Amino acid sequence: MKEPILRIANLSKKFGGVKAVDGISFDLEAKGSLGIIGPNGSGKTTLVNLITGFVKPDSGTVFFRGKEITGFMPYRIVNFGIARTFQMVRPLYKLPAFKNLIVPLYSPRVKKFRGGKYGERDEVAVDLLEEVGFERDSLVPYKVASILPHGYLKRLELARCLAVRPDLIILDELFSGMSLSEVASTLPIIEKIKEEGKTLIMIEHRLRELFRIVDRLLVLNFGKKIGDGSPQEMKNNEEVRKAYLGTEVV
Amino acid sequence: MVSYRRERIDRGIKARCNGIFALSSYREMLYLLLPRAIPVVFLLIFPLLEGVVGLYWEKVLVITCIIAFLSLSWDLLASVGLVSLGQGLFFGIGAYFVAFLDNSLGWSPLFTIPLASLTGAFFCAVLLSPIVRLRGIYFAMISLALPLLFARIIEATGILGGTEGLTGLSSLPNAWIELYMPIIGLIVCLFGFRRLINTDYGVVLQGIRDSDRTVMAGGINIYWYKIQVVFISALAGTFIGAFSTHYYQFVGMSAFAIDLSILPLTAAILGGAGTFAGATLGAFILIPMSEIFRAFGTLRVVFNCIILLVFIVALPEGIFHYIQRKYHQFERVVTVGMKK
Repeated sequence: MKEPILRIANLSKKFGGVKAVDGISFDLEAKGSLGIIGPNGSGKTTLVNLITGFVKPDSGTVFFRGKEITGFMPYRIVNFGIARTFQMVRPLYKLPAFKNLIVPLYSPRVKKFRGGKYGERDEVAVDLLEEVGFERDSLVPYKVASILPHGYLKRLELARCLAVRPDLIILDELFSGMSLSEVASTLPIIEKIKEEGKTLIMIEHRLRELFRIVDRLLVLNFGKKIGDGSPQEMKNNEEVRKAYLGTEVV
Repeated sequence: MVSYRRERIDRGIKARCNGIFALSSYREMLYLLLPRAIPVVFLLIFPLLEGVVGLYWEKVLVITCIIAFLSLSWDLLASVGLVSLGQGLFFGIGAYFVAFLDNSLGWSPLFTIPLASLTGAFFCAVLLSPIVRLRGIYFAMISLALPLLFARIIEATGILGGTEGLTGLSSLPNAWIELYMPIIGLIVCLFGFRRLINTDYGVVLQGIRDSDRTVMAGGINIYWYKIQVVFISALAGTFIGAFSTHYYQFVGMSAFAIDLSILPLTAAILGGAGTFAGATLGAFILIPMSEIFRAFGTLRVVFNCIILLVFIVALPEGIFHYIQRKYHQFERVVTVGMKK
């Protein structure tokens, strides 16, 4: 078997007495796409926080490309090539949208790519924003983040991820709070990211869209892995249905 | 139901586009140039007017520059989200470092001032590096305690002159340097900081102020950046501390006094934080104002407080932001809603 790009082994985290993530292990192959689903409070976001270093695990290990990154600071992990969006948008509110992207473009990782050098960051930032649907002609990329609608801020999060040229992108409920038309216009962007050969992890409650993109599903409940397999298998899995999908046919 | 609302419209001057200045007339050039040139020219010719304004106001100018320096330093720290209540720390460290160098080496102040500024700022950056992880009130509390801590160390151990201070330090070569060193330093510092904050590096700093987690998710080591900013900010403080030691030829525990922490902060809030020009303007209002009220004796503190209160309640954004808005925007009254 090929060396997996991401290897999670026995990862656990307790908040007080609650086991938010309880001994989760999985491997993810390069260029694969993994969806993580589960009911509210099942530990999906905590799992992402553990992988990206925003929360330190109590036990367990995270390997990225064969290198252990457990408990590293978030900025180091980003520079290894793992980028994530936040479920709750956290833009830099006082800055214009394109200036929000100057920050990731300034990171050590991007220095060696186009857009990491002095003088070309603004241009690359606006190009990136246009890619995720900020209309340049109506000057949306130049507007201050605090006045942008929520759907734009979600896509700004996506653009911030793309700016660091990651190998693994983790999207934490990107579609939540987006209108149907915004979801429809964002889907092709994500499909394109996948086609470009980037590895993708998506946490999502919009299953129809999720099933279109991912070819593997991980189902969590109370911090434990209760299912791992193709979307079709998971649909038919009795335990998964009971915990999350419901007994009616999806 | 007809209601009225004030509408603000930007003045239609496209000043800069991708680094190219596109100005079409002298009027437009002056429009941009004058707000910058007038204060600079004023500062540069003020020392020449000793016959007109008198020696007293020249001295006031130096004190004003000292506070303006510290409030610039405060504003830079605040722009990465570090709200400091102890700007006097930088001043005191610079003051004592230069006094120590002068006492032990006896070199010219023109050499020891830059040397003490750099080593002092480095010392401050190392000293504060463990606490840049703190935010908001926690950083503020520790920054308030640090200058007091140093004052007590000097008092208790009696090093560096103890409570008496160090006297008889060498003076600056001549009166012109005494006046022009803080003035030119202030102009360089003000425009330097304003430029710094608008570079990509400065954008990262502003990002850290807005949300440190987002900046971390962008792959930036925020603690290292904060330490760098502490160094730059401390450099402004230690420089002016070192200057004032040679200016007064004396350094004592008053270099860590609480005034030097509170006045710059007040000046920055009064003038408007976040623009550097506001912090400078605040100092140039606050200090001369309190000198004018000196005739009233102790009552001047009361007047100061009242004026501060009025300004902060009426103009919470700061004087500079208000002036800037009036200068760059038209206002007109428009009707909102249906007419009968």
